[in-house]
Amino acid sequence: MGRMKFIIGGVLILAAVVYLIVSSTQASAEYFMTIDELKAQGQSAIGKSLRISGAVVGDTIQYDPQTLTLTFDVADVPGDNNVIDAQGGLAAVLHAAVIDPNRSRIEITYTGPKPDLLKNEAQAIMTGQLGADGVFHADELLLKCPTKYQNAVPNQTGG
Amino acid sequence: MLAEIGYGIIVVAFIVALYSVGAAIYGERTKSPAVVESARRAMLLLWPLISLAAGTLIYLLITNHFEVSFVYEVTSREMPTYLKITAWWGGQAGSLVFWSWLMSAFASLVTLRKWERDREFLPWVIVVTALTTAFFLGLVVFYENPFARYWQTAGGQIVTSMFAPAATATVYFPSDGNGLNPLLRHPGMIIHPPMLYLGFVSFVIPYAFAIAALITGRTDDRWIRITRRWTLIAWLFLSFGLVLGSRWAYDVLGWGGFWGWDPVEIAALMPWLTGTAFLHSVMIQEKRGLLKQWNMILIILTYSLVIFGTFLTRTGVLSSVHAFAQSSIGPVFFVFIGFTFITSIALLIYRWPDLRGETEMKSLLSREALFLLNNLLFMSVLVICFWGVVFPIISQIFTGQTVTVGPPFYDRATAPLFAALMFLMGIAPLSTWKRSTVGTIGRVLWKSALAALVITVILFFTYTHNIIALVGFYLIALVLLVTLYEFWRAAWARSKATKENVVAALWNLFGRDRRRYGGYVIHISMMLMAIGILGINAFQIQTQGTLALNNSLTLGNYSIKYESIAQFTAADNRQVTRAVVNVYDKNGNYLGQLYPRIDYYPDAQQNMTIPGERPTLQDDLYVLLVDWQPASANGATFKIFVNPLVNWLWIGSLIFFVGIIIAAWPDRDPEYASARSRARHAEQPSAAD
Repeated sequence: MGRMKFIIGGVLILAAVVYLIVSSTQASAEYFMTIDELKAQGQSAIGKSLRISGAVVGDTIQYDPQTLTLTFDVADVPGDNNVIDAQGGLAAVLHAAVIDPNRSRIEITYTGPKPDLLKNEAQAIMTGQLGADGVFHADELLLKCPTKYQNAVPNQTGG
Repeated sequence: MLAEIGYGIIVVAFIVALYSVGAAIYGERTKSPAVVESARRAMLLLWPLISLAAGTLIYLLITNHFEVSFVYEVTSREMPTYLKITAWWGGQAGSLVFWSWLMSAFASLVTLRKWERDREFLPWVIVVTALTTAFFLGLVVFYENPFARYWQTAGGQIVTSMFAPAATATVYFPSDGNGLNPLLRHPGMIIHPPMLYLGFVSFVIPYAFAIAALITGRTDDRWIRITRRWTLIAWLFLSFGLVLGSRWAYDVLGWGGFWGWDPVEIAALMPWLTGTAFLHSVMIQEKRGLLKQWNMILIILTYSLVIFGTFLTRTGVLSSVHAFAQSSIGPVFFVFIGFTFITSIALLIYRWPDLRGETEMKSLLSREALFLLNNLLFMSVLVICFWGVVFPIISQIFTGQTVTVGPPFYDRATAPLFAALMFLMGIAPLSTWKRSTVGTIGRVLWKSALAALVITVILFFTYTHNIIALVGFYLIALVLLVTLYEFWRAAWARSKATKENVVAALWNLFGRDRRRYGGYVIHISMMLMAIGILGINAFQIQTQGTLALNNSLTLGNYSIKYESIAQFTAADNRQVTRAVVNVYDKNGNYLGQLYPRIDYYPDAQQNMTIPGERPTLQDDLYVLLVDWQPASANGATFKIFVNPLVNWLWIGSLIFFVGIIIAAWPDRDPEYASARSRARHAEQPSAAD
C-alpha cells in the first residue's frame, strides 16, 4: 500500500513531464533548413516557423536607422558538416558561397538594432517565416564570424 | 624554443598522469602501499608541471609571439597585458590547459588531506582525478595544441604544426595577431569561464569519491560526508559562473535580456540541475539512510554533464545542430563520456544490492518524500533541457528533417516545474522527517499562505493583472514568508530557552545548524532572483526612435533626451562613439545621465554596442545607441528597454553567496568549541557588570 502511493505519484509526474515536453515541442518547433531546401519547398514553406542558415552577402546589407529595418541577402551553404569539412572548413565554404553568383540566395528582413557581427561572409542563422513575397522575415538573428574561432592562416603580408 | 619547452612539459605531464593512474591501480591490486604512494606523488607532480607549461604559454601570450598560432588567434599588439593573460582561456586550446591546471590543483588538494581511516579510497580517487586530467592533457597533446606554430614551406605555403613539417620549412612570424573577440573583452567574460570551470572541476572530486566507494564496496555515507564541502564549493562556483555569464550577456550582447536558452547556456545549466538535486538528496542519505542508489546516479550524471558541458562550451557551438561536430575533438569527447559513463553505471549495477535503503519511505508528505519530489522535478527540468538540445538530432534521424526548438519551448515546458519547485521550497522546511500530514504542515503554513495571498491581492490592485505573474509573486511571497517565519520561530524558541535577546538568538542559530540556515538564506536569495526573472520576463517594455539633438523619447515612467554625441579613441585603440542622454521621470524631474556607446575594435573589425543602464530596485532603464548620422551629428537612433525588477536578480545572487558561505563554513573542532563555550560562560558575569 505504502509503495503504491509513491508509484502513482511517480507516474503522475512522468505523465506531466511527457505532456509538457510534447505540447511545448509542438508549439515551438522550427524547421531547420538550408536555403536550397527552403527554395525546394516552394509555396508550402510560407508561414511555417523556420530556422535557416546561410552566408551573409556583404554588398547587400542595407540598414534604415529611422525604422530599424535591416535587409540583406544570404547565400546557400551546405548544412552537413562532413560536406563543409570536405570543402575546406566553414570559413572557406562561407567565402565560396558569397563569391559564387549562381548560388541560391534569399532576402532577409529584420527589425531591430543592427547586430555587431553582421558583416560579409558571416554565418547567419535566422528564425522566422517566409513571406508570400519571397522575403524571409526574421524574428531572431544569430551571427557568427568563423574566422575568429577557426584556425585561419594569417595573411601573408605580415613580416 | 619556448613553444617546444611548453609542449614538452605538457607531454611529460600527460605521461605522469597516465603513470599515476596505472600505479594507483597496480598498487591497490597488489596491496603495496609504496606503489600507491608513488602514484600519489606522481599526482602531486602534475600541478607544478602544468603550472610551468601554463607559465610558458602566458609568457608567449604577453610577449606577442604570434608565430604560435594560439597566440595569433587570441591576442594582438593592441591588447593590454591583463587581457593577454586572460586570453589563456579565451580560445579552445588554451582553455583545455586551463581546465587541466585547475583539475590538477584540486586533485592535489584532495590528495593532501589526512586520509587516516579513509585510506582505502585514496588509490581510486587518484585514478579518477588523474584519468580526467590525463584526458584533457591528451586532448592538448594530440588535438588542440596551444604551442603549435606557423611554418612557411619551401613552396611558400603557411601551415600550422608543432614541429617543422619539412626540413626546409621556416617558422613564420605574423606581424600582429587576430585579437581576442571583443565580446570576450569584458570583466564578466574574464572571470565567468574560470568560475564555471572551477564549478565543473570541483564536481569531479565528489564523483571520484563516489567511484572509490563503489569499487571498494564501502557504500555507507562516508564518501558523501568527505565531499560535502566540495559539492557546496562546486555548486557555488557553478552558480556564480551562470550568474556572471548572464550579467555579461545583459551588459554586452545588447538585446536587453540575460538568458536565451542557447545550447551553450543549457550545457552549463544541466550539471547545475543535477548538482542541485544531489545537494538535496545527500541529506536524506545522511539523515535517513535512503536514496543511496539515487545519489550515485546523480553524481555520475553530474560528472558526465560536466564533461559534456566543457565540450559544448568550448567548441564554439552556436545554436545550430549543424555546428555540433565542428571541432575535431568532438568524437574523442563522446568516447570519453561514453567510457566513463558506462564504467560508472556498470560499477553501480554491481553494487546495487549494497546500496539498498536502510528503511522505507512511508509518508508522502514526510521531508524525505518532499526532497525526493524536489529531485524528480530537477530531473524533469534536466530532461526538458536535454530533449531541447538533442531534439534536432532525433528529428533528423527519424524524419530526415531537422526540427529545432527555441526559447518558447523551454519557457513553456519548464515554467510549471519551476513553479512546483517553488511551492516545495515553501512547504518542505515545514515538514518533518519520517511522517508529516496535511494537518501538521497546514498548521504552520496557513499564516504564511494567507499573508502571501494578501500580498498578491495588493499586487493585483496596484501593480499587475497578469495572472502568471501573480501566481509567481504568490509563490515567491509564500516561500519568503515561510522561510522568514522559520527563522523567527527558531530564534524565538531559542531566546526563550537561553534568555538571549532575539537578535543574538538568531545569530547563534546560524552557528548551531549552519547547513540548514545557510540553506534557508539560499532559498531567500533564490526567491529574490525569481523576482528579477519574473519581472523582466513578464513586464519588459521597449521602444525605439531616431532623435535629433535635444529631442526626447518616452517609455514607461522614463523619458530620455538626446544631449550630445562624441567620438574618440580610447587608450586600447578602441574607437568609441558615445552619446549623452539625460533621463527624466514622467513628471519631468531630472534623474541623471546615461552614456550608451558603440565601441569599434579595429584589430577585430567589429563593433560592440554597450548599453547605458540606470539600475533601481524598481526597474532597470537600458538604453542602446543603435546608429547615428556621422555627417550632421544631430540624429541618432536609440533603443530603450525598461526591465522591471531585474536588479533583484543580481541582489539575490549576492545573498546567495552569503548563504553558501554560511552553509559551507567549516565547523569548529568540537573540543575547541566546547572549551570556548565554557570560557564564555565563565566570562558572562563580569560582562554583565
